[in-house]
Amino acid sequence: MDQLLNDFSPGLFFMQAIILLILILLMRKFAWKPILDSLNDREAGIQDALDAADKARKELQNLRSDNERIFNEARTERDNMLKEARELKESMINDAKAEAQAEAEKIVAKAQETIASEKKAAIADLKSQVAGLSVEIAEKVVRKELTSKENQMELVESMLGDVTLN
Amino acid sequence: MYNLIGAGLIVIGGGIGLGQIGGKAMEGIARQPEAAGKIQTAMIIIGALLEGLAFGALILGQG
Amino acid sequence: MKVFHKTLKYSVVLLLTLSSSIAFAGGGGDNHDKKGNPIDTKEEINAYIKHHLQDSHDFTFYTNGETGTHYGFPLPVILWDEGLKMFMSSKFHHGETVAEADGNYYKLYHGKIYRTDAEGTINYDEHHHPTNVKPLDFSITKSVVGMLLAGLLMILGFSALARGYKKGPIPTGFSRVLEPLVIYVRDEIARPNIGEKKYRKFMSFLLTVFFFIWIANLLGLTPLGFNITGQIAVTVCLALFTAVIYLTNGSKDFWAHTLWMPGVPVILRPILAIIELVGFVLIKPFSLLVRLFANITAGHFVVMSLIALMITMKDAFGAVGSTGMSLVLSLFITLIELLVAFLQAFIFTMLSSLFIGMAVEEHDHH
Repeated sequence: MDQLLNDFSPGLFFMQAIILLILILLMRKFAWKPILDSLNDREAGIQDALDAADKARKELQNLRSDNERIFNEARTERDNMLKEARELKESMINDAKAEAQAEAEKIVAKAQETIASEKKAAIADLKSQVAGLSVEIAEKVVRKELTSKENQMELVESMLGDVTLN
Repeated sequence: MYNLIGAGLIVIGGGIGLGQIGGKAMEGIARQPEAAGKIQTAMIIIGALLEGLAFGALILGQG
Repeated sequence: MKVFHKTLKYSVVLLLTLSSSIAFAGGGGDNHDKKGNPIDTKEEINAYIKHHLQDSHDFTFYTNGETGTHYGFPLPVILWDEGLKMFMSSKFHHGETVAEADGNYYKLYHGKIYRTDAEGTINYDEHHHPTNVKPLDFSITKSVVGMLLAGLLMILGFSALARGYKKGPIPTGFSRVLEPLVIYVRDEIARPNIGEKKYRKFMSFLLTVFFFIWIANLLGLTPLGFNITGQIAVTVCLALFTAVIYLTNGSKDFWAHTLWMPGVPVILRPILAIIELVGFVLIKPFSLLVRLFANITAGHFVVMSLIALMITMKDAFGAVGSTGMSLVLSLFITLIELLVAFLQAFIFTMLSSLFIGMAVEEHDHH
């Protein structure tokens, strides 16, 4: 300890203090401040660039997912439209078929009705004709009876031959 | 003479302490090699503190 | 690349060791004996090493032991002794004569300047300490030259780095080596210990101290014979700066915790306050300064002793054997000293930032 105190030189201490102080001030002005500032700037720049890249990547991803979404929407829309069209087509065909069926049935029914009424009319007509014929024949037969029996028969026969059912 | 004995004692004590620090630090590094940097820094600091103690004692003893 | 670096490093160390051995073997310094023989006894070597560890008022590269001529250059002496006295240290003739300035007589004795009478008489007390008056010595000593050199190197190197940033964000040339060191101090020493918010304010001090100590330590390993950080006055000054900085920047919480520790019985609080105060004001700076001083002094002592093996072991192993042994050993120790030079700068800065961090920290109230 004594040795150390003896070795301690106040002058050297003073010089060191002055030199260190001046050195700190000089270095702060000319070296540390610009160096640390540039380092900070550079690090901030790198951080910014990284952030920007990250952001760009995210945006790209968003864009891509947007695109995909839009594409998917379009596809589903198209599918829907196709489906609707198909359904429409089917329903139209079915409707048409049903209508045609109904129309046909109606026509058939009408035809049958007509046939039936014609038939009835024909039968009625036939009946009236048969009745007229019979009356005519009977008249002729009655008129001819006056001559002979053979003549009468002959007449009936010819009459019957003339008569057609129409 | 006496202060030489004192210096020897200080060196023994400091040596044991440094050995402990170094040994434990090695164990720590072996157990967790990924923390080697941190362990090393802490080891150096503690070593320096111990060293300061030992040197202080040496200098006071050499009076 | 790594191999190349290693080879480069080894060859630099080899060169340093070799040249310092040569300087040592050749230089008798002030302690060559008067008969003109080169130093070769244990006592002379001890005295020589002791002389080297002290500051000196001149720069001696080589002393011719035969003729007693010193090769080197004198440094200015600046004294404050009832007025400013300035003269060149060549007036002392390496301690052999008395220097006269403005009617006062001064003599160099073991690296210190004492005021004497015209004959240069030095009176001793019973411990063989001189009792003559020691004037305040603001001389540009060898250590001051070393400090100025270190400061100049720092200003040149780092202002080049700072200017480099104006040209582009990436430094070129030697600045590329310096930039990671600055980043290292910032990210590994200051930031984790002081905290993200407050570290900026202390960066100038920490960076300056780190590089100053490192460069001064490295200058001490060159054969120029500097021993800057091995001067107790220098380390006292460095530690005092740290202490002043952390004591003046202490936060309210720090003082509250130091002087009136919460969560402790009231009777113990004054005792704790004294312990903490002594710790912060005395023990922490003291351990800082002593650690640096002792490490560097011990390093220089060991390197020089190992180089001196060349002389002391000559009888036992022969000239070649002793030289080889001392070369291998001093090479090895110089390598370790290179590491220590960095480590001490690192530890000083680390502990400084740790103490500053303790002082500026704002505690969460629990």
